[in-house]
Amino acid sequence: MTMPSREATEPLGTARRAAAISRPGARYISIGAAIAVALVLPSVATNFVIFQLTLVMVYGLAILGLNLLTGFNGQFSLGHSAFYGIGAYTTAILMDKIDLAYYWTLPCSGAVCFLVGVVFGLPALRLQGLYLALASFALAAALPQILKFQPLEPLTGGVQGIVLIKPDAPAGLPLNPDQWLYYFTLAVLLVMLAGAANLVNSRTGRALMAIRDHPIAAAAMGINTALYKTLTFGLSALYTGIAGTLGAIAVQFVAPDSFTFFLSISFLVGLVIGGVASIPGCLVGGLFVLYVPNLAERVSTGLAGAIYGCIMLLVIFVMPSGAAGLVRFARTFATARPAR
Amino acid sequence: MELLLQQVLAGLANGAIYALMALAVVMIYQAIDHLNFAQGEMATFSTFIAWQVITWGQPYWLAFAIAVTVSFLGGIVIDRILFRPIHNAPILGQLVAFIALFSILNSVDGEIWNFTIKTFPTPFGREPLFGLRLISTHEAGMIGITAVILGLLYLFFRGSRLGLAMRAAAANPDSARLVGIRVGWMIALGWGMSAAIGAVGGMLIAPVVFLEPNMMLGVLLYGFTGAVLGGLSSPGGAVAGGFAVGVIENLAGTFIPYFGRDLKLTIALVLITAVLLVRPSGVFGRTVVSRV
Repeated sequence: MTMPSREATEPLGTARRAAAISRPGARYISIGAAIAVALVLPSVATNFVIFQLTLVMVYGLAILGLNLLTGFNGQFSLGHSAFYGIGAYTTAILMDKIDLAYYWTLPCSGAVCFLVGVVFGLPALRLQGLYLALASFALAAALPQILKFQPLEPLTGGVQGIVLIKPDAPAGLPLNPDQWLYYFTLAVLLVMLAGAANLVNSRTGRALMAIRDHPIAAAAMGINTALYKTLTFGLSALYTGIAGTLGAIAVQFVAPDSFTFFLSISFLVGLVIGGVASIPGCLVGGLFVLYVPNLAERVSTGLAGAIYGCIMLLVIFVMPSGAAGLVRFARTFATARPAR
Repeated sequence: MELLLQQVLAGLANGAIYALMALAVVMIYQAIDHLNFAQGEMATFSTFIAWQVITWGQPYWLAFAIAVTVSFLGGIVIDRILFRPIHNAPILGQLVAFIALFSILNSVDGEIWNFTIKTFPTPFGREPLFGLRLISTHEAGMIGITAVILGLLYLFFRGSRLGLAMRAAAANPDSARLVGIRVGWMIALGWGMSAAIGAVGGMLIAPVVFLEPNMMLGVLLYGFTGAVLGGLSSPGGAVAGGFAVGVIENLAGTFIPYFGRDLKLTIALVLITAVLLVRPSGVFGRTVVSRV
């Protein structure tokens, strides 16, 4: 507990990232290709697949939020299902009660989640490592009960939840609602991804990673650790909350039992699979979280948890840096060979 | 007044289980500096084993003994094959391993015994104790068994060589290893005892909350709250914390309209956050000062 310094950075493989960053050309080409594929996909896929891919992006965004906190700032949270739920409910209530357009609920739920995150992050300044995990575990366990709370029922709909109406594409665009929602989610995701990438590569991002790697040294260098840790918690909650918003619009339904501790486990699995402190890795995590339970339930219902658990253990034991680490390893391997 | 007394006693009965869970959590925390988020699922699994043995027509106490033994061995196995190899891994890796264990056990429970709610028998009956309306015999049994276990553990850790060795291994692993204590096995033994204590807690609370794969999530949260309230570095404090949390939960449920009854888990959230803010080491815990 006293020396989180070296060992905290170990699985992140930050040293190897240098190789990836040093070749911006290849990086931009692969990003461009990925966006091109993402743009073309809806015209070839069925509506159900488009809906699933929308959810992949939603989960990816939520995992990215968790990754900003855990991967880049070294704070642990088991409570991100709560932020996802708060984002989803903010949107649902705004759309249901005051007929706000779905796109205006994005900034609203972002702001709400940021505030909740900052308020919850304030104690986090004193809670290191496991204590923060514990407090956020309590948050995740308590949220469904709060959402079912009877006096709040006129607002939250109680156990029944709230049913939403799927938004249509703006007039004039030849898209069905599923396709439109896909593009809408994609646009939000790209903005958020770019924001996260810029943040991580900025002075602030280096401060976050310094706090993760050695809090005491970071403080000694003049980094305001309290401020950065609180803001990171708020920002992480904002990302996950916006994912919750997009998820609520896509699924058209919110209910208390969708946001239990098991959702937090899913995010954690996605984080570990995609790679800790990897931004593109979050999409791999999203793919995994959406498709693996589906495949597992074909074998047997209720088996998803066991498969999640086994894969998490497998990753911890043999592939501690996740999918991103695997890619990095392959790339270093490929580039190192010809040089010799 | 009678209502107050009744609620305090019922709180102590639930608190006994929280105390057991808190103690189980603290035992592992002392040994490896980690919170066992899977403690509740381990206890649920043990309770299902007991339920299965009873369903096969065996007497309660035989099922009880089998469940405790299996849990003890299971705890040792989990330590040896899962946590021993990664004891030097970063915090995140270990946290993920606990969550993985949670997920696996929860899923396996549901897979073997499905998610329907089951009743679990009590050997004490449910009549009022001594004909008084204050407390039922099962509640008295919960408190009684917890007291016996706490007494035995106290004697074990104070009076036996093995108990002393376990304390030494937890307090100072390096020095303990130098005087010939097999620290790795002491930790494994701690895991086994923790799993066994959790199993007892699970079997005692199951008649109250009904048996299903998710039954321990709330109970574990209260156990954590008790451990944090009393102090993670103090087993006695954790037990006291567990009892206190049980009483607080019950009094809040009775005397605070709405909030207390429907928002029980929120009370735990507020308690945990408040304790960690005001006194992170807990009421009875030591403040750890480390050299930079």
